[in-house]
Amino acid sequence: MAHETAGHESPDHAHEHPTWKQYRWVALILTVITALEVWAYYQPRLVASPFFVPLLLIMSAAKFVIVVMFYMHLKYDHRLFRALFTGPLTIAMATLIGLLFLLARSAAYMRT
Amino acid sequence: MAHAAETHAPTHHYTTTGLDNRKVAIWMFIGSECMLFASLISTYLIYKGKSLVGPYPHEAWTNPQTGQAFKAILNIPVTSISTFVLLMSSFAMVMALAAVENRAKPRPANPTFWWKVENSSKLWLFMTCLMGATFLGFQAYEFTSFVHEGLSIRRNLFGSSFFTLTGFHGAHVTAGVIWLGTLLAIDMKRGLQPKDAVWVDISALYWHFVDVVWIAIFTLVYLIK
Amino acid sequence: MATVAASPTYATTGVYRTSIMDWLTTVDHKKIGTLYLHTALFFFVVGGVEAIIMRAQLMGPNGKLVSAEVFNQLFTMHGTTMVFLVIMPLSAAFFNFLIPLQIGARDVAFPRLNAFSYWVYLFGGLFITIPIFFNAAPDGGWFAYTPLTGKTYSPGQNMNFWVLGIQILGISSLAAAFNFATTIINMRAPGMHLMRMPMFTWMSFVVQWLIILAFPVITIALFFMQFDRFFGTNFYNTFAGADPLLWQHLFWIFGHPEVYILVLPAFGLVSEVLPTYSRKPLFGYAVVAYSGILIGFLGFGVWAHHMFSVGMGPIADTVFGVTTMLIAIPTGVKIFNWIFTMWGGSIRFTTAMKFAIALIAMFTIGGISGITHASPPSDLQQTDTYYIVAHFHYVLYGGAIMGIFAGIYHYFPKMYGRKMDEKLGTWHFWLNFIAFNLTFFPMHFAGMLGMPRRIYTYDAGQGWETFNMLSSIGAFLMAPAFLIFAYNFFKSKRRGEVAGDNPWDAATLEWSIPSPPPEYNFAQIPMVTSRYPLWDLTHPERMEGIPHSMDGWDEAKQRTGEHVTTGGKHEADVAPMHIESERKSAKELGISMPNPTIKPLWVAAGILVLFSSLPVMYAGKKAIAFTMMAIGGSMFVGFLYAWLTTPMEDAH
Repeated sequence: MAHETAGHESPDHAHEHPTWKQYRWVALILTVITALEVWAYYQPRLVASPFFVPLLLIMSAAKFVIVVMFYMHLKYDHRLFRALFTGPLTIAMATLIGLLFLLARSAAYMRT
Repeated sequence: MAHAAETHAPTHHYTTTGLDNRKVAIWMFIGSECMLFASLISTYLIYKGKSLVGPYPHEAWTNPQTGQAFKAILNIPVTSISTFVLLMSSFAMVMALAAVENRAKPRPANPTFWWKVENSSKLWLFMTCLMGATFLGFQAYEFTSFVHEGLSIRRNLFGSSFFTLTGFHGAHVTAGVIWLGTLLAIDMKRGLQPKDAVWVDISALYWHFVDVVWIAIFTLVYLIK
Repeated sequence: MATVAASPTYATTGVYRTSIMDWLTTVDHKKIGTLYLHTALFFFVVGGVEAIIMRAQLMGPNGKLVSAEVFNQLFTMHGTTMVFLVIMPLSAAFFNFLIPLQIGARDVAFPRLNAFSYWVYLFGGLFITIPIFFNAAPDGGWFAYTPLTGKTYSPGQNMNFWVLGIQILGISSLAAAFNFATTIINMRAPGMHLMRMPMFTWMSFVVQWLIILAFPVITIALFFMQFDRFFGTNFYNTFAGADPLLWQHLFWIFGHPEVYILVLPAFGLVSEVLPTYSRKPLFGYAVVAYSGILIGFLGFGVWAHHMFSVGMGPIADTVFGVTTMLIAIPTGVKIFNWIFTMWGGSIRFTTAMKFAIALIAMFTIGGISGITHASPPSDLQQTDTYYIVAHFHYVLYGGAIMGIFAGIYHYFPKMYGRKMDEKLGTWHFWLNFIAFNLTFFPMHFAGMLGMPRRIYTYDAGQGWETFNMLSSIGAFLMAPAFLIFAYNFFKSKRRGEVAGDNPWDAATLEWSIPSPPPEYNFAQIPMVTSRYPLWDLTHPERMEGIPHSMDGWDEAKQRTGEHVTTGGKHEADVAPMHIESERKSAKELGISMPNPTIKPLWVAAGILVLFSSLPVMYAGKKAIAFTMMAIGGSMFVGFLYAWLTTPMEDAH
């Protein structure tokens, strides 16, 4: 339940609001990660190695989480919103993974 | 509680959680969109590498019948730039929301230039729209150049799944730009007040989500072969 | 307790005295619920007639009543109609009418969006139904498997109506789901914690989440089919390398949660009916709530049990077989909870109660046949036979529809201020019950003997004749049963026995206000201290063991202040639990209600015009199609803009 006694959502969540400085840092970090991703794409030995895909996935997951937590404010907002987002996200990820297992090219070997 | 009344919207209603209905609804909508884009992305990934004819995303291909040569069609450098632009548009959006919310605070007696820049909702809304439109411009350029290079939506599995996935994303960006543009117009006409902050907040959440989807698409479609 | 009967004006007519414009512009959840109810009952007749024609054709071997092509349209439309135009909207009728009343709210979170959902449903329903009169109804089965339904093998317009119609209906359901989910999360009366909500509201809450998560998947699957048909893409084009199973997977990822969407509201209604007429609280409330959530969650993990015969391989088959068996557990648990609710109770066998008990029995039968399909080897014999048809009719008719009838008999007095006739109700019940079992029980045997689904005729000598004859007789008997119900329904609206606030002595908030409820629902929002707030006042002896606390009150008292209202101008708009029998106007009480508006209807019409342009384009008439797109698009955007920039209610 909301901790604000007024029963309203204070639009600026005054106690825990990221400042313009924090937002700049977030933007910078996102830029750096993007640059790293693109840089990785152009390293042929890295691309050929089995680390490439997991590395890229981790980097984009990091960007995803940063945008959601800070820009979309999920870190600071009422925990209801966290539930409203992570629930569907979990089901979406599980469905995606399930479909890949069932239908992707590599799945062919499982069908006998 | 009395002073809280001054800073809050006159049309505020009691809610069980203390949160605005519209904000609750937009998060649900975003949850729904997770499933929407998961289906689109799944299909793209399932069909990755399964096209019977080219052009292909990451390899060159020569049509054995016509002898026509196609190069690897995805343009990473250009798309990296558009990705960066969209990412920065999220930053602009965050600034726009902060600017509107800060209207509730008293204006300093002698605002500095930077204070004015930081708190100009019109500027930041405009920047968001501009960057969003730039992203769309890049997409339009990309789509038309692909079609010229022989990749249409009906050419192969890659064409169908690629254009549909990025097209849906682009449609979401377009809707966002129109929405933000409307907010900008309202801001220019009568000024956005703290009571309108909910609307800016909601549009920001939508906009960031669209950005976040692109983060996933950029990696899964463009960077991973 | 003395309750003053509803004021004479309502009692004499029993119906809303309103004009057509009132109906077209309403944003009142109660009126919208009525619209859904009547429209759905109309489509029930349409779907029923389609079924009866099929049963007449299959009554004997080598029937000549209809051709194969027409039969294809009949079974496609029967399934599509019953799922999307009957059961879902009947549930929506109850979501609309009941949820705000059960949680102590004055309306839903987004009243205009609510009206929009109804109009989109109506237009979508007409869009998908009217083609049957031109012999152009969808004919690829209600689940429309590709490649059969692609452009190559279904070149006519038929499947266009299906793929576009379902898309339109999806918009309606999704919009409503956001609305009701927000309402349930955010507009509960003070003290109504989640674990104090009436069970119907709980089940509805799970259903809204199923819709929110499942409908986007079918939306994409439908877009793929539309793009393939209209723009020549390759999503389902095996000649371009597409996977022939993609449609099936995407459809059933939606389709399985969909069947829980269909049955959970009925479970919720029955969970209201059984305690009322057993005069006992629901047994194991928490278990019933949690099992509902578990069903919702697990429901996303069982979809491929509809595909056991396509060759997914032993690993996939096993995984989905196991998850399907698992989901039987929370479902079965509810059955026990319902039985134990009745055990030791003082039962009144009203018509509503009869239907509720019938649901328990019939759904159990359907559930048992369902478990036999959960095993892939066993299902290999059963799939695509009439055994499956028997299963899903037992769960969907014996389950969902009977539960909904229970809800209709139970809530009719609340909606119209009068009771339905119990004698006619008893006739309806027994005739329906016998007809239903006569229709569908023999199908188990026909299916086991190998009779496939969706065949328009069959040869003699396979042992199927008797079972088909029995099924057809049963089907023909369903018609008079329904007619008795329809007669009862419409007659009782005007001449039924006048009902007060709480004719059934029930326990939840909706029964604490007049029947039918006034526009504003609650003059003062009640503060709730348990999950049976009315029995707190009227039957404390039944409340033994039910948790009570005042913790909702403290919070409400804190929040009740000059700037926190629930819509009224008065400070104390919230009051301890009480019964309201007086009927005033919202204006008198100073309660600000949302303004009626026709804009949602126009936005819905714009969507209809937009979608209708596509079959026109398919037929080659590009100029007309583009004009329609322009008109539809402008209507949609224009009225939507007007809607969004108009405040919902007058400032207060």
